[in-house]
Amino acid sequence: MKVASRILGTAFYIEGFNVQDAPRYGAERRGAPIFAYVRASHESIHERGIIEDPDLVIVADDSLVPIPAAGILSGLTGRTVLLINTREDAKVWKERLNLQGPVVALPAEADDYAELRFIGARCAGAAAGLLDAIGRNAMEEAIGSELAGMGSETVAKNVEMALAAYDLMKPYEGSVGEGAPHAARTYKRPDWIDLPSEETRISAPDIWQPLTSVQVKTGLWRSERPVIDTAGCNRCWWICGSFCPDGAISLDEKGYPRVDYDFCKGCLICVAQCPSHAIEARPEHEDRSAGTRGERT
Amino acid sequence: MKGKLLTGNGAAAWGARLARADYIPAFPITPQTEIIETLAAWIDEGQVEARLVTLESEHSMITAAGAAAATGVRVFSATSSQGLLYGMEMIYTVAGWRAPFVLVNVSRGLATPLTLEPDHNDIMATRDSGFLQIHCATCQEVLDTILMAYRIAEDKRVRLPVIVNLDGFYLSFTREPVAIPAEEEVDRFLPPFDPGNIRFRASAPVSQASAVLGAASYSYFRYETHLAAMQALAVHDEAAGAFAEIFGRSYEAVERYRMEEAEFAFVMIGSFATKAKDAVDRLRAAGWKIGLLRPRVLRPYPKGHLLKALAGVRGVAVIDQNISVGRGGVLHTELAAALADMGGRRPVLASFMGGLGGRDISPQEFYEMASVAKKAAEKGEAPPPRLLYTETELREVRRLQAIARADQMEERR
Repeated sequence: MKVASRILGTAFYIEGFNVQDAPRYGAERRGAPIFAYVRASHESIHERGIIEDPDLVIVADDSLVPIPAAGILSGLTGRTVLLINTREDAKVWKERLNLQGPVVALPAEADDYAELRFIGARCAGAAAGLLDAIGRNAMEEAIGSELAGMGSETVAKNVEMALAAYDLMKPYEGSVGEGAPHAARTYKRPDWIDLPSEETRISAPDIWQPLTSVQVKTGLWRSERPVIDTAGCNRCWWICGSFCPDGAISLDEKGYPRVDYDFCKGCLICVAQCPSHAIEARPEHEDRSAGTRGERT
Repeated sequence: MKGKLLTGNGAAAWGARLARADYIPAFPITPQTEIIETLAAWIDEGQVEARLVTLESEHSMITAAGAAAATGVRVFSATSSQGLLYGMEMIYTVAGWRAPFVLVNVSRGLATPLTLEPDHNDIMATRDSGFLQIHCATCQEVLDTILMAYRIAEDKRVRLPVIVNLDGFYLSFTREPVAIPAEEEVDRFLPPFDPGNIRFRASAPVSQASAVLGAASYSYFRYETHLAAMQALAVHDEAAGAFAEIFGRSYEAVERYRMEEAEFAFVMIGSFATKAKDAVDRLRAAGWKIGLLRPRVLRPYPKGHLLKALAGVRGVAVIDQNISVGRGGVLHTELAAALADMGGRRPVLASFMGGLGGRDISPQEFYEMASVAKKAAEKGEAPPPRLLYTETELREVRRLQAIARADQMEERR
C-alpha cells in the first residue's frame, strides 16, 4: 500500500496538486495490516497523519476485513467510496458489511492472489480512475518515477496493470468527492475524562492471565496453508510437528499429524521438511472459498 | 511551490548532503532511520563524497561524531528514541568539548511500555546537555534547518553541537513537496567549516576537551557553555536572515502563525503544530482571534521571542507531547517560568498533555482546548492540567486489562 500511496501521491503532484502521503505500520510481520494515507489539495495542506474522515478507502486485501486491527470501516460515512480488491461482487460486500455508501469492486487477478505483485499499481490506477483528477499520462509518469529502480520491464508491466484498473473504473469516474471541512463553530466535543489514579496492581503493565496468546488467531496471517495428504503420510517420527515453530501441528488418535489452522501462520517449514512430500502448500483463498478446513482424515 | 516529494528522512539526508558533511558516524541497526541508508547509498554510488563509518552503538557513534568534529571536519549523524538515550552519556560529554556538529533525532516515545510512534520525551531528555535543539514541523523545514544548524553550531560565538528534531512517522515517513536548494546557493549560505583553533594535526600536539578537576574550573567551563548557548538565539536570527535572503524561505526562532491581534494562542512544537494551524484557520473562520506560537528553537529557550509574541494574549493552550513524570508538560512548565518575568497583563495558561506514544490529536480537541483556554482567561484562573484522553480510549484499556486479569494479581500471589 505504500507503493500505491506513492504512485497516487506522485500522480496528484504531477497534476498540480499539493500532496502529502505517508505509510503507517506497527511491528513488521507478514499479514500485519499496513495503512497508507494520501492527501491532495489545491491549497496548502496543514492536516497530518491519520485520515479520520476519508473520501476514498482502498482495501487491497479482502482478508483484512475481519481483522479488527485493520479497522477498514473506521471513518466510513454514507459518502465515502469503498474500493475493494476482491473476487466477490461489490453488492456482496455492501450487504455483508451493511454499508450505506458506494462500494466498488476491483476484480482480483486470478493468478496473483497470494503474491499481490501488482497490487500497488492496480490500487493506485483504480483510485485515479475513480477520481476524475488524474490523467492516464500522469499515472504512467508516476509509476515510472516511483518504480524507476526496478527496471523498464517491471515498470511497463505495472503501467499496464494500473491503466487496466484505471479503465475498469470508467463507469464510476468522478464518484469520489471532497467532504465538507470541519467547522469550529459547531463540533462534537471530545469525551475527555480525568484518568483516576489506580493501585499499582491495576496500573502496571502486567499480564496475570496465562495463555492470553490463544486469543490471537495468528492463523489469519496466512496467505498459504499447508495441507497434509494422509495417504502419502507415513506417520514418521513427527518431523513436521518438531519443525513447526508455532507448535501448531499435533497428532490425532491414529498418529497422523493435524494442523491447527487457528494458529498456523503459513510459514510452510513443514512442507519443506516432510520426508515423503505429503504436505502441500495451497493458496489460502482456495480452501476458504471451497469451505474446507484442509483436513483429509 | 514545485519541488520533489520527499519524506522527512529523505529531506534530512538531503540536508546532510548539501551541507557537504565530511564524516558520518552511524549506528546502522534499529532504531536507526532511512536517513543513514539514503546517505550510504549516495556515497556508494559516488554521488556524495563523505566517509560513513558504522559503529557498534549510539554511545560510540556520538563519541566518534564529537571526536571527528574536534579535528575540524564537518560531521553529521542521526538517531532516534532509545538510541538517543543509549548515547546519553556522550550527549553531555561531547557538548562540553565545544566541537560543533549536527545530529538529527527522529522523535519516538520511550519504553516502557513500548511504542513505535512519536512523542517528544526522547528529545526532552537532552534538554540540559549543552546541545542546542531545533524542532521541525514540515519536511522542507527539516532540510532547511540542517543547513541553518551548521551555521549556528559552527559560529565562533557558539561552537556547540545542534540536534535537529523531527517527529517519527508524521515527518520521517511522510512525503511532502520539498524544494531542494541548488548546491551553489547552499555553498554561499554555508561556506566550508572554518574550525579556527580546533585542530588535530600531525606533529602539533594539542589537548582538547581536557579533563579538569575542581569546582572552579568545572563551573567556569559549564557556565561558559551556557552563555554560548544563549548567544545562539541571536546567531539563529542572523542565520535565518541570510537564509531568507538566499532561499526566500524565512524561519523565526518562534514561528508566529496568525497571531495578529490574537487574544488566544496554541503553543506547541513539532509536526502536530501544522494540525494546530488548521484548527487556527477554522477557529478564525468561526470568529475567534486566535493564533499559534511554535518554538522552533527550544535550546536556547527563546524567552524574549515568546514574551513579545504573547503581549496582549489572554489565554494560552500549551500542548505538550511529552510528560515529565512527577511534574507534567515540559513546555508548559518552561513557559510558566518565563511568564513570571513578564510585565503587564500575563496570559492564563491551560496545560494539555497529548499525542503521547503517537496518539492523534483531533480537530475537535483543538477547538475544545481553545475553548478551555478562553474560559480560563475569562475566569482569570488556570485549569488543572489535562491529559488528552477519552472515555473511548479508557474503555479499550479496560478491555485489555480484563484479558490480562490485572485485578487478579493479589489472588495469584
